Amino acid sequence: MLGVDHVDVDYDGVPAVVDVSLDLPDGLVLAVLGPSGSGKSTLLRAIAGLEPVRSGRVTWDGADLAGTPTHKRGFALMFQDGQLFQHLTVARNVAYPLRLRRARDTATRVAELLELVGLSGYGDRLPATLSGGERQRVALARSLAVEPRLLLLDEPLSALDAGLRERLAGDLSRILRAAGTTALMVTHDHEEAFAVADRIAVMRDGRLVQHGDIDAVWRAPVDAATALFLGYASVLEGGAAARVLAAAGLPAAPGSAVAVRRSALALAERGPLAATVVSARATPEQVRLVVDVVGAGALDAVAPLDHPAAPGQEVHLVVDRTRLAVLPGAAREDLSLD
Amino acid sequence: MRRALTLLGLAAVPVLVLAVFFVLPVSGMLARGFWPDGRFDPGAVLEVLTRPRVHRVLWFTIWSAGLATAVSVVLGLPAAYALHRLALPLRRTIRAALLVPFVLPTVVVGVAFRQLLGEAGPLGFLGLDGTPVAIVGALAFFNVAVVIRSVGASWESLDPRPGEAAAALGASPAQVFRTVTLPALRPSIVSAASVVFLFCATSFGVVLTLGGLRYSSVETEIYLLTTNLLDLQAAAALSIVQLVAVTALLVVAGRLRRVPDPSLARVVARPRRVRPGDAAPVVATVLLLVVVALPVVSLVVGSLRQGDRWTLDHYRALAGRGADEALLQPASDALLLSLRTAVDATWMSLVLGTLVAVVVSRRSRGRAERRLRGVLDGFFMLPLGVSAVTLGFGFLITLGRPPLELRDSALLVPVAQALVALPLVVRTLAPVLASVDERQRQAAASLGAGPLRAALTVDLPVVWRPLLAAAGFAFAVSLGEFGATSFLARDERLTLPVAIYRLIGHPGAANYGMALAASVVLAATTAVVMLAVERLRVPSLGAF
Amino acid sequence: MRRTHASITVLGLALAATTAGCSLGGGGDDEGAGKAEQVVLVTHESFALPDEVVAQFEEESGYDLVLRASGDAGALTNKLVLTKDDPTGDAAFGVDNTFASRALDEGVFDTAEAELPAGADRFALDGDGADRLVPVDNANVCINVDTTWFAEQGVEPPATLEDLTRKQYADQLVLPGAATSSPGLAFLLTTVAAFGDDWPSYWRDLVANGAKLTEGWSDAYQVDFTQGGGGGDRPIVLSYDSSPAFTIADDGTTTTAALLDTCFTQVEYAGVLAGAENPEGARELVQFLTGPEVQAALPTSMYVFPVSSEVELPAEWAEFAVQPDDPWSVDPAEISANRDAWLREWSDVTSR
Repeated sequence: MLGVDHVDVDYDGVPAVVDVSLDLPDGLVLAVLGPSGSGKSTLLRAIAGLEPVRSGRVTWDGADLAGTPTHKRGFALMFQDGQLFQHLTVARNVAYPLRLRRARDTATRVAELLELVGLSGYGDRLPATLSGGERQRVALARSLAVEPRLLLLDEPLSALDAGLRERLAGDLSRILRAAGTTALMVTHDHEEAFAVADRIAVMRDGRLVQHGDIDAVWRAPVDAATALFLGYASVLEGGAAARVLAAAGLPAAPGSAVAVRRSALALAERGPLAATVVSARATPEQVRLVVDVVGAGALDAVAPLDHPAAPGQEVHLVVDRTRLAVLPGAAREDLSLD
Repeated sequence: MRRALTLLGLAAVPVLVLAVFFVLPVSGMLARGFWPDGRFDPGAVLEVLTRPRVHRVLWFTIWSAGLATAVSVVLGLPAAYALHRLALPLRRTIRAALLVPFVLPTVVVGVAFRQLLGEAGPLGFLGLDGTPVAIVGALAFFNVAVVIRSVGASWESLDPRPGEAAAALGASPAQVFRTVTLPALRPSIVSAASVVFLFCATSFGVVLTLGGLRYSSVETEIYLLTTNLLDLQAAAALSIVQLVAVTALLVVAGRLRRVPDPSLARVVARPRRVRPGDAAPVVATVLLLVVVALPVVSLVVGSLRQGDRWTLDHYRALAGRGADEALLQPASDALLLSLRTAVDATWMSLVLGTLVAVVVSRRSRGRAERRLRGVLDGFFMLPLGVSAVTLGFGFLITLGRPPLELRDSALLVPVAQALVALPLVVRTLAPVLASVDERQRQAAASLGAGPLRAALTVDLPVVWRPLLAAAGFAFAVSLGEFGATSFLARDERLTLPVAIYRLIGHPGAANYGMALAASVVLAATTAVVMLAVERLRVPSLGAF
Repeated sequence: MRRTHASITVLGLALAATTAGCSLGGGGDDEGAGKAEQVVLVTHESFALPDEVVAQFEEESGYDLVLRASGDAGALTNKLVLTKDDPTGDAAFGVDNTFASRALDEGVFDTAEAELPAGADRFALDGDGADRLVPVDNANVCINVDTTWFAEQGVEPPATLEDLTRKQYADQLVLPGAATSSPGLAFLLTTVAAFGDDWPSYWRDLVANGAKLTEGWSDAYQVDFTQGGGGGDRPIVLSYDSSPAFTIADDGTTTTAALLDTCFTQVEYAGVLAGAENPEGARELVQFLTGPEVQAALPTSMYVFPVSSEVELPAEWAEFAVQPDDPWSVDPAEISANRDAWLREWSDVTSR
């Protein structure tokens, strides 16, 4: 089990990770989610032993790793762009950690690993001849070769294009579970985190702001910024919040804010909210609307494709309570997605 | 078609200069060997190659240069790492200081080494004077900077992440170095090593001075055959061997030289703090610094001693002509002439070098064009590998008649020095120009800029700093140039290295001390220029 | 960053300033002042004359004296041979008696028509060379010893060539090589004159006794010799008969001595180049070189003895520079015929 205990890390003399504590039980996959500059990569490098920890402890099964250099930690690290060794073939890349340990019968193990990542028969190719997705699979196979006690993934999918990323995220989740690997993944993409991880830790400005099972975090973001980062479209407060909560049939808590997903408001003939359509744009899945809700202002909403709504049209909306999250405490007003 | 014409037009001036001042004189000397009495007699030249002495000379050249290259690489690698990857205090100053030996004249280095290693010197107990160890050591002293610069420049821009990935996969630092870092650095190491080998194999003064005449290399043998025995057939035979070997080496170096991919920005890793694990390279660097500094320190000490007391008299004497008027002009005038000559050599090598760099660095369309550029690139490196004696005598016999009546021109010395500095200028500028994304120029052109305007907009901002650095480097090289200069006909005015040579060649302790003082002044001037240049932070400077 | 900018500016300004004011092209070389009015002397690196003497020649003759100096005597001779169809000057100075035959055989020199000063006859060449190469100076290449060192050690210094191969003088001799220096070649000729065909075995003994070879005279004398500027530790060196005049201690006596039984006379000649543009000027110059002004200046300017017996030597020279009465000599024709073979054999004997 990985333990991170009140860890501070400086990067170039500036505090990059401040007082972070978290645990990762064996066999689980943790996604550390945060915007760029949040310190998540520095945290990962500190766990790998690539950055010195200023104070606090990184432990494995309770033993402090401070004196253990990177190559003796028994972790494996996979970078955003794979970092395959360009001068070695795919098979030699995957066999690299095995050779370091003078393992026997590397050929069989390499073949197994390549099959696991769906690249059987690629052994003799050079990394330069592979596509981005293939390279990441090779990097994954290489990382898994010696069954690391912890796999560290640094934005493993962000260099790939959208379709490929979605597919590979599924594969990654399957492969990690098939191998029973304990893994810590750093990402800025909440979709990626949801697709791969069991647990999630949200970082901002070097601090850990929320940490727990993926559902729990997802359902109850700790504050507005976290909510927005987790994919909520907007955060309402005051009268607007009260109006939406009421429409959802939830009790209004004075002073509380509510995070709303884009699909929380849907067009319905007898919905409790009256609104005017401001704009409408069709997508392959649904029609995306911006509506002016009486008493709550401009909000996002969706409509089914067979019920198009034109700007200026008067409509009614229902609220899906599973797509709302009530935030504790007061929300700040100046938050937005960008 | 227009591209080809532009290419030829740009290349025309440097090609013509090299043809007149290099190809013509050298082939003139070779012709004297192949046509001894006006009759073509290649048999006699080939016969030379069967002489046992020639075999000994070739063998000595190969193993001494090979060993010196190996030593330079072994000493240079830790320093390249420490000075380019670690945040060592004063590392820029140290880098500049380590480049000083490379531009010091061989006369000065020879004296410095003999002061140190001679039987009465502080290291005389080692018994190295006159041994191949001294030769190899001095060759490494000259060339270790080339390894540091070349390998350091690529090490600096080496992505640290593959190494980190390997470490995370369980590789120890030594394993990371062997399996990841070394393969990535291999092109620059081999390229630097082949150039160092070239410098070592063609070095002249060091072998003569430190070898105690017991050892002959191809270069010293050509010198003896030409200036003493007038055996031009044998000299021609060895020159041909030299040219073939140099061409082969340049081809190897050219193949391995990494062409920077302009679509990838050059990332210079921020030097990181020194950790306890870095002790080995740091200690190695400090030791190297000491080893390089020792001969220089022995020079400085010698220049401040008169009998048993410390004095500045030798420096005061530089304003005069030496004891018994050893010089025709005060040494200070020689320094002034050296500076003026170096200015001329600098602008010449800059003009030529810029043209050559532009020609060889533009992206080629098609194989033939790429090959042509490759040939041109190698062509301008050739002066590095030809004996200064052959060139000097060649000037005399080929540039005597109109329209090329140039052998008495005051500009001949700067031209010869410019040819020596040219490859260094090209190697400094070409990588920088090559790293400019062609699409930037295309973007400028699409916005309505002509080729010149596009160059001003796109290339100049990138290149002015390397250009200035190359100028400084060429200046320093020309300041210390001795080989070619000493073989050219001159009037009574001497450059400082030649004046030093004369001062050492005259009896009297005062003249010797003055020679040492002049050497220190020369070394200091060179060091100041190199320090200023180092501040410009051009990674390709001095790298091959 | 600011400092970088500042230093760039300084560097740029310095470059601009030097380029503007200091290029060779910018310097005032008035070489185009009429070719017929200059006389070009081709010579070796060691040539030097006081400004007054040069000025006197220019005033008396009306010619500008232009020097083309480079290399040593050997390189000079070979350059003259290579450019004999198209000489680089009008007159040449510095071909010595070890190289004279080569230059004469190749037809480098025209007749000089010079009158020799008193005492110079004994240095003149025989036969055809006599009217082409005019002796200007001479010096004897001799083994020198550090007399103070031997006095301190309480050892008798060596006196003859044979002494140098004795065990008691092991590792004490340093000398420049014959292939790379003209005194070195002179000493090789000394041994040829002294031992005839057995000279290679003498050299083998010499090397076996720890003789140290250097590239040039300066390396041997300045770095390795105990009385040289570098303070070496070898008390026996190959140098000149005039050298003791340069090692005068505070008490007014010299600390070194030349062994007069080990000397070989080097004579340097001047001549008019065949095909010279200005043969009259060349002849005037050659005549001037044998004249009293140049002859008197030779000891201090070039460390050699004048050929003229009429000029007065400097005081130290008169006292400490003792010339041998009967130096070794080899016939120039024999030198010409065998020099290359001897040098090759010498190189093989001494190099590994």
